[in-house]
This record gives sequence, structure tokens and C-alpha cells, in this order.
Amino acid sequence: MARIVVIDYGMGNLSSVCNALAAAGATPLRTRHPEELATADAIILPGVGAFAAGMENLRAGGFLPALREAVLEQGKPFLGICLGMQLLADSGSEHGHSAGLGLIPGRVERLAPPPDGDFRLPHIGWNDLAIRRHDGLYADLPDGENFYFVHSYVFVADDPGVVSSTCEHGVEFTASLEAGNISAVQFHPEKSHRAGLKLLSNWLSRVGKA
Amino acid sequence: MLKKRLIPVLLLQNGQLVRSEKFTLHQVIGNPIHEVERFNHWSVDELIYLDISRDDHYDLRRDDKKVRGLSSSLEILTEVSKTCFMPLTWGGRIRSLEQMQAIFAAGADKITLNTQAWREPALITEAARRYGSQAVVVSIDARRHPDGRLEVCVEGGREATGMAPEDWARKVEALGAGEILLQSIDRDGTARGYDLDLIQRVAAATRIPVIALGGVGDFMHYAKGIEAGASAVAAANLWHFKELADRGGKRALARAGVAVRM
Repeated sequence: MARIVVIDYGMGNLSSVCNALAAAGATPLRTRHPEELATADAIILPGVGAFAAGMENLRAGGFLPALREAVLEQGKPFLGICLGMQLLADSGSEHGHSAGLGLIPGRVERLAPPPDGDFRLPHIGWNDLAIRRHDGLYADLPDGENFYFVHSYVFVADDPGVVSSTCEHGVEFTASLEAGNISAVQFHPEKSHRAGLKLLSNWLSRVGKA
Repeated sequence: MLKKRLIPVLLLQNGQLVRSEKFTLHQVIGNPIHEVERFNHWSVDELIYLDISRDDHYDLRRDDKKVRGLSSSLEILTEVSKTCFMPLTWGGRIRSLEQMQAIFAAGADKITLNTQAWREPALITEAARRYGSQAVVVSIDARRHPDGRLEVCVEGGREATGMAPEDWARKVEALGAGEILLQSIDRDGTARGYDLDLIQRVAAATRIPVIALGGVGDFMHYAKGIEAGASAVAAANLWHFKELADRGGKRALARAGVAVRM
């Protein structure tokens, strides 16, 4: 059985992610120890909260070099969820500028819907995706499927080619990234009922093949 | 397009599910875990739990006691989050960041503060800094006086604050709240529909989502709440006494032209 390691760096609700992975057929291992990444078959970085605090916790937990090694050099399948997606960027602007993991070129900025419409922030609730790639995370999921979002910041990728779905809240923004072994979603599959479980099992089936 | 949410609110009192009327009358209606299984099966948009137990007397000098007071209800949350893959908000009797930590660890995505936000507004900011604004909901309970004036009340409606709901809403947004759960005390359990003027005032005063609660007795009431400016419409009692409460509510919203997730 594949060793799916969920990084516990003190940023939010890990139980839901682990429960959903279990329901999708995996046996996740949550860890605070960066050395566990060395023996992992695949890695999940979940998380909610502020960008700067997330980076600080990863640094303090000793995860920065281990993540770089496992994801960039060894090419292990990686899934970032919500803050775990945003941290992949070069930089974030939440509570001041801070450097990110720099695993996918881009930056994280506050969502800026037009002020004249009733687009409230945070962007909380179910929203539908425009899916650009159906061969990975979204296999057998229809265009327009709804997922649960809760965030105020969004990932702006330098290379639009890595964006595998978008969503709209007054402005279009990146809902997911798929670039080689790295996948990431802005929404919460673990909170998106059946569609979310399907997405997780799609990702897990790729892990099996990696 | 972001959908308007339809949310069941579960009221817990000493480990039992209860229905409530005007914040004073409470009647046991069932087992909290069985009810949730039904909501999960229906694939509802989101769930809000409010623990309205009052038996625990809080001694503010003893942190250990505060955490223990929550533990029996948190067991329910832990159990529920094993099989429910939907967003969960937890509120009631939250006084500290340590309690929030325990609630998030048990599987909640958001916490909601009410009385303690009023007593210690800095707690809103501290919670938002630590967990992000999106995880911090402030509940506002409003009472309408016979002269029509609205006033925020805390301590389960028993203590008046002298503040208008729209002013308090503006303030909690500035302090870092990510969402407002707005409840009308007078409409609670009456089935007369939302206090639409209250929703309008608070929605117009803020830029964060407002969840309307209190008074729904008919599926048609939901769309009125959305028209008044709510981003989500919630109800408690109705979910236990109407057949197909999710489907019926969603259909009524869709018929009124509101975008919902079916």
C-alpha cells in the first residue's frame, strides 16, 4: 500500500483531510517529522490560515529542505490543498510580503472582485469550475461541478499552462494547478461531498501509478 | 458563480439535539449523530452546530475546567467529522484560543463566537490572525424592541448590550471576522419568516458574508432572506419537522431565481 504522508504543521483541520483520504481508500499518515517525507510515496500539504504563518510553521518544523528534495528532486506525487496550494508560489502578500516554497512560479494575491457588484470576501461556499484538463484530478468529473471554497487569496501562476481549472467570483481565478508530479487545489475536496472524494480518489489512482 | 448556501443549524444542549423557541423554550428532539447522517446523505451545503448548554458554570480562572466543559460535545463533533465531508461550523461557550484549537482538531472548519466576542473583542482579531478570517464567524443575536429598535444581546439573549446590530457587525468585520451568523431572537421558533429589515441593515453595513437565521417556517421564506442581502440562509427547527427539508428548500430557492447547488 502506498505511503501517503499528510504534513501536520499546525495550520488547521487535518482530521477532515485524513478522514476523506480514508474514505477514498487510502491509509494516510499524518506527521510532524520532515524525515517521514523521505520514505513517503506521496505527500499532501493541507492547511488553512495565513500565508506568512504557514511558511513560518513549515520552516520551524524543518520541512523546507525535505519538501524541496521530495517534490522537486525525487518527483514524488504532491497534492496541495487551499493554503497548501498557495504556499507553492514564489511569494505571498497576506499580512505583508513573504517568500513561498517556490515550487510553482507565481504569486499569491488578494482576490479583487469589482467593487460595484455584491462580491463578498472571503469567498465562502460552493462554486462551479471551468475545467481545462480532464485527464488528471478531474477524470470522470463534469465541467461545472461544484466544490467548496473558503479563502480570500488566490494563486496567480506565471505559466497559464499549469492551470487545470478556473473559477469565478467577480473575477476569474485559478482553482487548481497540475504540473507534472505537483497537483494543487484552492477548494477543499475533503469538504466537497462526493465530488471531492472522487477528486481525491483520482489523485490517489495516479499515486498508484507513479 | 458562487451559490447561495442553505444551512441546517443543530442546537445541542447537554449532548442532546433540541429545538428552540425565542431562546427560552427547549425541547429534546433527538440524537445528534443520527440527524447528521441524514444531512450527509442529502449532501447539504454546510452544517452549523451551536452548543447552547448552560449547565457548565465557567470559572474564568481555571483553564483546564473550560476545556473539559466542552469535551462531551466535542466527542459528537469528532464522531460526525469521520463520515461527513462537508464544512462544519462549531459555536457555543467558546472563550479562548485553546478551546478553538481543540474544536479545529476535532474536525470543525470554522468557529463562531458570540458573548466572548462582545466581552473581549481582541479575541476576534487573535483568532483571525491564527486561523485566518475565513475560520472566524461572529454570531450576532438581535432583539427587536416594541418601539422597533434593534439591539444586540449576548449570553443567550439574556444580556442587552445597547448596541445596534449593524454597528456591531461593522465593528466585528473590522476586527477580522470572516462571516456573520445573524439571528433574530424574536423570530426564533416562530415560523413567521426572517426579520428582513435586520438582514438588510447588517448586509448593507458589511462586505463579509451574512448567514441569516431565525424564523423560517416555510421554504418560501429562504428566498426573502437572500433578497434582503444574506449570502446563506439557515434554519434549525424546520429541518426536523419538514419532509425533504434540503430538496424542498433548494427547489423553492431555485424557483425564486436564486442560484443554488442542487
